[in-house]
Amino acid sequence: MTLLESVGRFSIRQAEYIGRLAIQFWYCLRFSVRASPFQGRGLRWQRTLRQMGDIGVRSLPVLCLVSGATGMIMALQAGAELRRFGAMEAIVTMVGTTMTRELGPLMAAIVVIGRSGSAISAEVATMAVTEELDALRAMALDPIDFVLVPKYLAMLVMLPCLTVMSVFSGILAGGVFAYFTLDLTLLAYLSRTAEILLMRDIVSGLVKAVIFGSIIVHVSCLEGFTVSGGPVGVGHSTTSAVVKSIFLVVLADLLCTTFFYFFWR
Amino acid sequence: MTEATGSTTKRSDLPRQAGRDPVISVRDLKVRYGERTVLDGVSLDIYQGETMVILGGSGSGKTTLLRHMEGLERPAEGSVTVKGVDLGTASRTTLTALRRSMGVSFQSAAMFNSMTVGDNVALPLLEHSTLAESTIRVMVRIKLQQVGLTHVEDLYPTQLSGGMRKRASLARALALDPEILFFDEPSAGLDPVIAAGLDDLILHLKSAFSITIVVVTHELTSAFLIADRMCMIYEGKILAVGTVDEIRSNPDPRVQQFIRREADQPSEASSRYIVGA
Repeated sequence: MTLLESVGRFSIRQAEYIGRLAIQFWYCLRFSVRASPFQGRGLRWQRTLRQMGDIGVRSLPVLCLVSGATGMIMALQAGAELRRFGAMEAIVTMVGTTMTRELGPLMAAIVVIGRSGSAISAEVATMAVTEELDALRAMALDPIDFVLVPKYLAMLVMLPCLTVMSVFSGILAGGVFAYFTLDLTLLAYLSRTAEILLMRDIVSGLVKAVIFGSIIVHVSCLEGFTVSGGPVGVGHSTTSAVVKSIFLVVLADLLCTTFFYFFWR
Repeated sequence: MTEATGSTTKRSDLPRQAGRDPVISVRDLKVRYGERTVLDGVSLDIYQGETMVILGGSGSGKTTLLRHMEGLERPAEGSVTVKGVDLGTASRTTLTALRRSMGVSFQSAAMFNSMTVGDNVALPLLEHSTLAESTIRVMVRIKLQQVGLTHVEDLYPTQLSGGMRKRASLARALALDPEILFFDEPSAGLDPVIAAGLDDLILHLKSAFSITIVVVTHELTSAFLIADRMCMIYEGKILAVGTVDEIRSNPDPRVQQFIRREADQPSEASSRYIVGA
């Protein structure tokens, strides 16, 4: 009975969480229209641009390093096996497709969760405990409209951009490996990669980036909005935002990959 | 949206009958957080143009009552009606429209720390009015002068003292010329001189603009000075409502104890702290 009870309670909590995310997402979409640069004074647009700088531009150096290292690791690991079969050429295909479809968006999402997801939830949670969110509501400004929408729009633009850079640095790192082991010039390597890649690979990577970006912003903001327990709560909400974002991003990745595997060959 | 506008027009159509028009009406409000009952069947009417002071000790539920009147919490049991809008059932949009006619000064000031003081005060005007930015800058200076602050526009809230922050937050609450003004502990944590200054400011607002003002406090001196009517909350229930004189002569021993600032009996005091914790 207790087992059944706790399973039930757990399921209800999860359903409630998903419900909250869905409601927040719905309101966010409704308010997003107001962030157009031609609406009102364009204040939300300015805020969005500032967020783009925070989320996108400043994540770029560390993301390029992480994705470059990942691309190199993949080339080394694959090379160790492929060497035995004399199929070293396959490295170009492996690095190119895996980075584009899978690791490019995933690495971008993980770096952004670490840098921006945690910062977003800490910022929102601090606003909640210092009554700033209440002050916004009291001023007839919806926190979703004022705080979440600029971050969401910024993320929708920047995560795909970061994904492109992430894919590129991963492929480039594979190219460095190929240059030393396959005697393939960088230009030849890149044009081979370009031949291999299909539109499907690129689109599926970018679709993932958009989905991951939505998850990161909404989970981080929800953790911030629902903070409880003062300054200690801010720490908890940050941790929980990072953990939940990573889990949901990986889950979404699995679902997307399954979908593309079966429905878009 | 339509509901709120509708009620506004309805109110202005009425002839000005000072004090007879309930702007805020709370009916049988019950609030529970888990096992703990914070408000237990509170009913209160606040009329147009009056200053209502809500008195009560720490943990008596006065801030909770205020948050329900501000529409920051939805009533679970009972109802709260502000300017004819039922806050329990109002849509998010209606609530937002209604809030434009309210100003709230928070206990912790709640200034946006990432913006300058000037931008804080300008924010409601930038968001809700179509005034030119240069006009808004002038208005910000006027609002800040109104609360006795000059040359602080370019400072950040963290660079101000507690009292200045509180006054700046009041300037922000006044930015949209509200019809209803809520104060949560206006003088908490301020030195007596600044607290007296805030009282003067409230009195001035009252006489100059005939705003409906709701103040939550446990500072008796300031309460008796600014109030038209008062209500006393004790453990989630309203003990007494009335004019300043009526409250002074209220026979209830708990009201008298509060007004005379008498300490609890030792045994009672310790038991109350345990309940409070």
